[in-house]
Amino acid sequence: MDFNGSDTIPGPRTEDHLPQSTQAAAKIVIVGGFGVGKTTMVGSVSEIRPLTTEETMTEAGIGVDDNYGSDTKTATTVAMDFGRIRITEQLVLYLFGTPGQERFWFLWNGLFEGALGAVVLLDTRRLEVSFDVMGRLEERGVPFVVAVNTFPDGPRYSVEDLRAALDLPPEVPIVECDARRRASSRDVLMTLMRFLHSLALSGSLT
Amino acid sequence: MDLVTLIVAHADPPSSVTPEQAAVLRLCANPLSVAEVSAYLQLPFSVVTVLLTEMLATELVHARAPIVRQKIPDRSLLEAVMHGLQRL
Repeated sequence: MDFNGSDTIPGPRTEDHLPQSTQAAAKIVIVGGFGVGKTTMVGSVSEIRPLTTEETMTEAGIGVDDNYGSDTKTATTVAMDFGRIRITEQLVLYLFGTPGQERFWFLWNGLFEGALGAVVLLDTRRLEVSFDVMGRLEERGVPFVVAVNTFPDGPRYSVEDLRAALDLPPEVPIVECDARRRASSRDVLMTLMRFLHSLALSGSLT
Repeated sequence: MDLVTLIVAHADPPSSVTPEQAAVLRLCANPLSVAEVSAYLQLPFSVVTVLLTEMLATELVHARAPIVRQKIPDRSLLEAVMHGLQRL
């Protein structure tokens, strides 16, 4: 980017400015396979037009065997869409949608670090993508809920069948959603918040 | 530095700043997350982090630390978020 022309760098629209009183931000991560609707979900609940941030990772960083001793490292760019919701005059919530290739998600240091929780967005046409992801979230202690984005041509399972298929404990919420609809995506976030709240209640009793 | 660390430009920055720094200062007149700075400048997160760390050290900008997950979630925070989401 040519910074000498920095007057022309687009910034937030005036109506999107966060008030000076904004003290802190929290984040939630939406994970899911390629084409499952993460960006759609981010876009449907975000108050700003979704933006994209990216990170560059070298071959060494992504765990690929080096090229027979060659020093050249291939850089891979991982892009992530995100949106934002103003919660109060002091607090703002960011939603990050992970990129399509799940092997990169957990290499982006700091993406899951500190996240309040995660939404695992599921495509019933490709359940296998989710196993690894849920295992890794558990390893990192990131609480999550499962949301099934209902595709007209996708197979329909009952929540009980999905829970059994995904080997999920009874306390982890599973909800159906339509990621295109703001109210439906908002309800998924509410489910996550209620789940975290229940963890807070049970945690404070132990 | 986190993706959602909020960056705010110092009220009266010196005039001798680099074009990159000037761009950040303009963007961060109001609080803005590192992720948004990265998006608007079209620079990778790690590059922006280096740029912002320098600007923090020279006090061109302030940072507001993010709210991070606690072992036991903060109930009043969650209640505030739920309340905020309901208004969407």
